[in-house]
Amino acid sequence: MELVTPSIGLVFWTTISFICLLILLRKFAWKPILGAIHEREQSIDEALNKAELAKQEMARLTAQNQDLMQQARAERDEILKEAKTLKDGILNEAKKQAQVEGSKLIEKAKIEIENQKKAALAEVKDQVSSLSLEIAERVLRTQLNDKTKQEALVANLLKDVELN
Amino acid sequence: MDCNQVFVSKVKRLIVVFTLLVAFLSVKIDAFAQVDSAVVPVDSVVAESAEAVSGEHGSVKKEEEKFEPTKVIMEHIADSHMWHLWGHTSLPLPVILYTPSGIEVFSSENFHHGEHDYTGSFHTYRLDEDHVKVIGTDGKVDETASASILDFSITKNVASMFVAIAVILILFISVANTYKKRIGKAPKGLQSFMEPIIVFVRDDIAKPNIGHNYAKFMPYLLTVFFFILINNLFGLIPIFPGGANVTGNITLTFVMAVGTLIIVNINGNKYYWKHIFKPDVPLWLYPIMIPVELIGIISKPFALMVRLFANITAGHIIVLSLISLIFIFETLAIAPVSVAFVLFMDVLELLVAFLQAFIFTLLTALFIGMAVEEHH
Repeated sequence: MELVTPSIGLVFWTTISFICLLILLRKFAWKPILGAIHEREQSIDEALNKAELAKQEMARLTAQNQDLMQQARAERDEILKEAKTLKDGILNEAKKQAQVEGSKLIEKAKIEIENQKKAALAEVKDQVSSLSLEIAERVLRTQLNDKTKQEALVANLLKDVELN
Repeated sequence: MDCNQVFVSKVKRLIVVFTLLVAFLSVKIDAFAQVDSAVVPVDSVVAESAEAVSGEHGSVKKEEEKFEPTKVIMEHIADSHMWHLWGHTSLPLPVILYTPSGIEVFSSENFHHGEHDYTGSFHTYRLDEDHVKVIGTDGKVDETASASILDFSITKNVASMFVAIAVILILFISVANTYKKRIGKAPKGLQSFMEPIIVFVRDDIAKPNIGHNYAKFMPYLLTVFFFILINNLFGLIPIFPGGANVTGNITLTFVMAVGTLIIVNINGNKYYWKHIFKPDVPLWLYPIMIPVELIGIISKPFALMVRLFANITAGHIIVLSLISLIFIFETLAIAPVSVAFVLFMDVLELLVAFLQAFIFTLLTALFIGMAVEEHH
């Protein structure tokens, strides 16, 4: 049964060396190693968290940008629309004014034309009457030289009067 | 107590294993005895016939050549005062004896492989089957004087353990230095080889079994794990500086188990002790329960001790037996078969080396976890 009998010398040396090993490793190996692993794990965790945060921030910024873009576009549309209405208004106003002005001018011109026409007609009438009087005078002078012809005229005039 | 289930089944398995071991040992001893008694007559017959043929010299030679596997295997398994290197060359190791008259230190070379006696300052010593014995004035072994001396020699196992410890220290202190140099960087080289194992011990052994308080026990668990692992691996190397059966020696496993026993019981909290001395059973069961629980304190580390010892020793015995086949059959033709099986066994032993280190550490963590568990 030698195989299963612990020997005192080996117990002694094993105990001493195992305790020494434990103390040495604890101080010089396990503490720095476990500490370093722990620290690295924490830093990795932190980095991952930061990355996640950065991703969220990025998404937020993108969304914001999109919003801004949308807003800007809307604003531009608004401005364009306003400008268009303004332009249309101005144009309409101008057209209206032009029309009014035009019609006024036309009116004036018409009145002028009318006046001119009237004046011309009056002049023409004057001239026609004076001319007619002259002509009638001349005709009467020539006609009334003959006695028969005077009679015939009177008769004609009388006929006309009767017909009327 | 969710690990209770695991533990109960493990204990049952352990009981089975241990019973088998005891049965195996008892059968084996009978077998040895039979083999021995069978060998002796053959020996004498051979010797007589040889003597008849070629006289005294021939008989000695013949007897030397006679191969006894049991003796060879047991010699390899057991501790020794010399470290056998090759052929008849051995590394002499210091013999340190504590005698009632004083401490005696000399080299084991003085024994000349047990063929010579050595006279120290207090006694004359002889190496009898690798045990240092005191020789009386009549030239015979003085048993009472031999019993009074204590052998603290640096034996093969101690020396091999020192080598393993040196390797562990160099390995992990260099790894620790790498950690100091490369703060916050990815592991590199040896560091990246060791880190997964360290993290495995922490995340898969310590954390699940001990709980939030695991950090306190990490140095012990890691030291136990790597001490057993490196010694197991050294045991697999057949030549110097390996070849010693360190973790397959009951003494070493005994010391490790006592370490676990102390760690567990020092850190046991009031719930642990209450569970032992005031279990939740009717009062009349106390005379049974308390002794059972007290035995439980001892049996847990005892199981650790026996498991590691039996596993590693069994592996060594199988490998040596397979090699011995060549010499038993006295033919080289069997060598390829032996080598193939030994190769297979060595690979298996490699697995066992890791597995036993893992199981020892895992169960230590489990026992610590049971001792420090906070009850609801």
